[in-house]
Amino acid sequence: MFLESLSLTQFKNYRSEQLYFDSEVVALVGPNGSGKTNLLDAIHYLSLTRSAFHSSDQHSIQHGEDFFSIKGHVQRLGKSHTLLCAQRNGEKKVFSVDKKPYEKLSEHIGEFPSILIAPDDTDLIREGSEFRRKFFDSLFSQLDRNYLNTLITYTHVLKQRNALLKHFAETRSTNPDLLEPYTQQCIRLGENLYEKRQAFIRDFLPLFTARYAHVAEDQEEVAISYQSDLEEGNYAQRLQEAVSKDIQMQRTTLGVHKDDYLFTMNEAPIKRFGSQGQKKSFIIALKLSQFETIKNDKGYSPILLLDDIFDKLDDKRIGHLLDLLANKQLGQIFITDARPERTRQIFGSGANPVQMIQVQNGSILSTP
Amino acid sequence: MQFPSKLIEEAVNEISRLPGIGKKTALRLALFLLKEDERTTLSIADALVKLRTLTQYCSECHNISDEAICTTCSSPRRDRSVICLVQDTRDVLAIENTGQYQGLYHVLGGLISPMEGIGPAELTIEPLVQRIQRQSSEVKEIILALSPTIEGDTTAFYITKKLKDFSLKVSTIARGIPIGGELEYADEVTLGRSILTRTHYSHDNK
Ligand SMILES: Nc1ncnc2c1ncn2[C@@H]1O[C@H](COP(=O)(O)OP(=O)(O)O)[C@@H](O)[C@H]1O
Ligand SMILES: [Mg+2]
Ligand SMILES: [Zn+2]
Repeated sequence: MFLESLSLTQFKNYRSEQLYFDSEVVALVGPNGSGKTNLLDAIHYLSLTRSAFHSSDQHSIQHGEDFFSIKGHVQRLGKSHTLLCAQRNGEKKVFSVDKKPYEKLSEHIGEFPSILIAPDDTDLIREGSEFRRKFFDSLFSQLDRNYLNTLITYTHVLKQRNALLKHFAETRSTNPDLLEPYTQQCIRLGENLYEKRQAFIRDFLPLFTARYAHVAEDQEEVAISYQSDLEEGNYAQRLQEAVSKDIQMQRTTLGVHKDDYLFTMNEAPIKRFGSQGQKKSFIIALKLSQFETIKNDKGYSPILLLDDIFDKLDDKRIGHLLDLLANKQLGQIFITDARPERTRQIFGSGANPVQMIQVQNGSILSTP
Repeated sequence: MQFPSKLIEEAVNEISRLPGIGKKTALRLALFLLKEDERTTLSIADALVKLRTLTQYCSECHNISDEAICTTCSSPRRDRSVICLVQDTRDVLAIENTGQYQGLYHVLGGLISPMEGIGPAELTIEPLVQRIQRQSSEVKEIILALSPTIEGDTTAFYITKKLKDFSLKVSTIARGIPIGGELEYADEVTLGRSILTRTHYSHDNK
């Protein structure tokens, strides 16, 4: 997959800009706050229909304007496609491929895949379970449209069920016939998601451990173990039994919405026992195996978006990434750096020509 | 927005309460109503007032009606053994336009959605139960014609629970591949459901 051009209109700090890409490695350089990450986010929009950094599309509209649009030309499997994402204030987001708008945005997920590696990725280790669920949900959704649809429906059912539980608690009344359909759906959809997550993790794990051994060059044994309320079995009965507790808590207390993925090293949680370096390696390995999983599934490389990673990675890990690049194991890469000399130095010796794009204050200066 | 007059401002604020109408469009409409022939504006206003004050809901099916009982419910030509359950008036119009249905309707006035504060009490579910009780010798079948969403499915589930003590046939409209639609473009959920609810093949099928 190859992104040939990008046109931005009133997207964040870009008023109206066009960019053309003619290299597999594109470096976006410029001072902090100039708009490098915003360019990665625009590509993320074209790939996944939304921002990588915030959940409200409103934030992506240039201040004082009432819409943004992002357009891109992409080569995929020998064919050229035009992707367009536009958001007008207070209206539904529009996404079209070759001028055909989607009815549901979810239809686009996985069609033009991308992976973002960003400075705050260590949140995956540090933060709560929702970060890890989000990471794996995003990966699995790009592999399996049915998984995504089931997840969307499950989330919706859960919201309705929780609203009803809250209503029961507030009115001090219950209506079992009304709760029943939501409970049934939670069971049916939850069991489906549980089985799929199990299967996906089973396939993901060997890729991940191999990648970690390569990146970290150490003998530590890493693992990811999937944890779910559903693993004790008989979820249907247990959810039914939990109804009075659910009413008391005003939310659904058992289910795949509470799943977690435990990251371990030598069977101890890496969150507590891993060194800084081991955590970095763990994250890079996680992202690279995400990349590989999608590549194996699609038969072509997703676009790789690397945000300020030179600040975070040491020479050894950068070297490892460059090896992959030299071996043509990666596809098109967009990489941001506030220090152009460093980028030039790192890539200068490599076999791949690097396209340097200079960004300043929401404008593209030049393509030297 | 700055307005030259309080009256315009008030009109714009009121008109922009309509769904899909923002302040800009409301201003355009307000200026139109001001510039047009006075009779046009007054007759629009009159129609709106009448719409709101004179419209009734049929006491049987709860569809919008000019009389206490609507023309469908009072028609001797309709099949009184079937009642088709729909969300709102628009669905009645859509089904009527097909010319394929001769039975009666029952308009629920929405779908159950706790998130939006809509429970069974906000809908005409209890009146439906009473209606079937009154007409239990006549009514043989209930057709559920609700949207294929969580809200539609939940409402259908709840209503069938309420009706389980009546000896009624409960059916739901078929959901599947649109006529003229190509199989490979159907989404997986629709296609899956169509396979599961496949129908007997007959040469009379159109
Ligand atoms: N909706 C918006 N309208 C205008 N400017 C925005 C908007 N969103 C972000 N910005 C601006 O974008 C800049 C940050 O861009 P960013 O891509 O993060 O910079 P960097 O080059 O450091 O990665 C900030 O100056 C911020 O004010
Ligand atoms: Mg940045
Ligand atoms: Zn009627």
